[in-house]
Amino acid sequence: MADILRNKIVLAYTGLLLVISLSVFSIEDNSSKGLLSLLNLTLIIVPLVCIVFSTIYIYNSAEFIELLVSQPLRRKKIWCSLFAGLAGSLSIAFFVGAGIPILMYAPAAPGMVMVGMGLLLSVIFVAIAMLAAVSTRDKAKGIGVAIFLWLYFAVIFDGLVILMLFQFQDYPLEKAMVVVSGFNPIDLGRILILLKMDISAMMGYTGAVFKDYFGTNIGFAVALLLLFCWILVPAWWSLRKFVRKDL
Amino acid sequence: MIEANGVTKQFGKLKALNNVSLTCNKGECIALIGPNGSGKTTLIKSILGMVVPDSGCITFNGKNILHEWLYREFIGYMPQIGRYPENMTIGQVLDMMKDIRKRGTGRQPDEELVHAFELGALLDKRMRTLSGGTTQKVSAALAFLFSPDVLILDEPTAGLDPLAAQLLKEKIVVEKQKGKLVLITSHVLSEMDDLVTQVIYMQEGNIVFHKDIETLRKDTGEIKLSKAIANVMMAKQ
Repeated sequence: MADILRNKIVLAYTGLLLVISLSVFSIEDNSSKGLLSLLNLTLIIVPLVCIVFSTIYIYNSAEFIELLVSQPLRRKKIWCSLFAGLAGSLSIAFFVGAGIPILMYAPAAPGMVMVGMGLLLSVIFVAIAMLAAVSTRDKAKGIGVAIFLWLYFAVIFDGLVILMLFQFQDYPLEKAMVVVSGFNPIDLGRILILLKMDISAMMGYTGAVFKDYFGTNIGFAVALLLLFCWILVPAWWSLRKFVRKDL
Repeated sequence: MIEANGVTKQFGKLKALNNVSLTCNKGECIALIGPNGSGKTTLIKSILGMVVPDSGCITFNGKNILHEWLYREFIGYMPQIGRYPENMTIGQVLDMMKDIRKRGTGRQPDEELVHAFELGALLDKRMRTLSGGTTQKVSAALAFLFSPDVLILDEPTAGLDPLAAQLLKEKIVVEKQKGKLVLITSHVLSEMDDLVTQVIYMQEGNIVFHKDIETLRKDTGEIKLSKAIANVMMAKQ
């Protein structure tokens, strides 16, 4: 949708990403250090912008969606195009703003994984936003739910995991951690990027288990599969809800 | 053409439609009137498939509309408040609608209203920059664009300047004479006088009456629709 691409917020988002990534790379002489600084940008800012922007966009186009529903179109098609439009334009924004600088300054495997994760996270959080937006009619509530979901995935989830680790520190939890991390796309992304950066040693024994698991090609493939589930499940669920919704 | 049978819809505790049945045929121009919140818009949205009734069924040309979408090719809908993607121009919106509908009936686009409203000069304007009235003009032009068999107009003249409202009314008359079904909701009864052939009056989700305008005039002894309706409302109380 050209409409979304031309949106000022998306342009500003692209510009912001571009400025941050370019400046990070020019300040740091070592490109892998720069990459590490960009890690948080990819894992925190990208999901936040994607989920909030998508939710607001869907609420703002509620009347337009109504108009489309009154046309001879299947609801499924309308919802899928909306998803494709949002996911596509936010992915393009991320690729132009952060992907191109990363690939320019750090064209090795870690950089590529990071770009891939950023793109996947963009799409995942658009899908989650669509689920949040279709679940409630109230705009303020919907945006609140979206922000809370982001907070949950970015901050609260890690807190709960640490709490759990402390509570059960006498037990060998390393294997369970691998499973738990699958419940949070941001964590999955972080682990995959860190492993490619060869700094997993910093994560102690758990890091070694992660490396054993996600470091292999099969583990990597499973993690990717999980991430795709994170796109498909919310998207499918929101579609189901939208098809049955009264407008 | 459109038939509703025992349609009921409840929003929480509110009964928006209560066992509504009606039949609309070709060549009729029906005014749907009633106080705010009487279920007019819900009825329209049910016909358009935007609201799924709890019970009862609606048929279009004899076919149940549940889970159908192609029947909407024959309907032109003008919403009460039309909102469009802000960054699209009028031209793009028109093209998009033509694109959506092009497979359909194979009819030539009817751009009469586009010309009448002089939208041609504004094609490059973005939707964001338009005034409320101009947006309504776009909505009206879109509803008539594909010369549909059924026109559903929700408060069509609200926000239009007198000239545009007059143009729209003339267009409605022309379409009515072509044998199309026109459904209008409006609170401005005075401008529906020379337009409608039938009146449906709704209150609290019920159809209070569905009458020919001539019968209504005879029953109430009033010529003006607004007075006739007022007469009926008084009689009810």
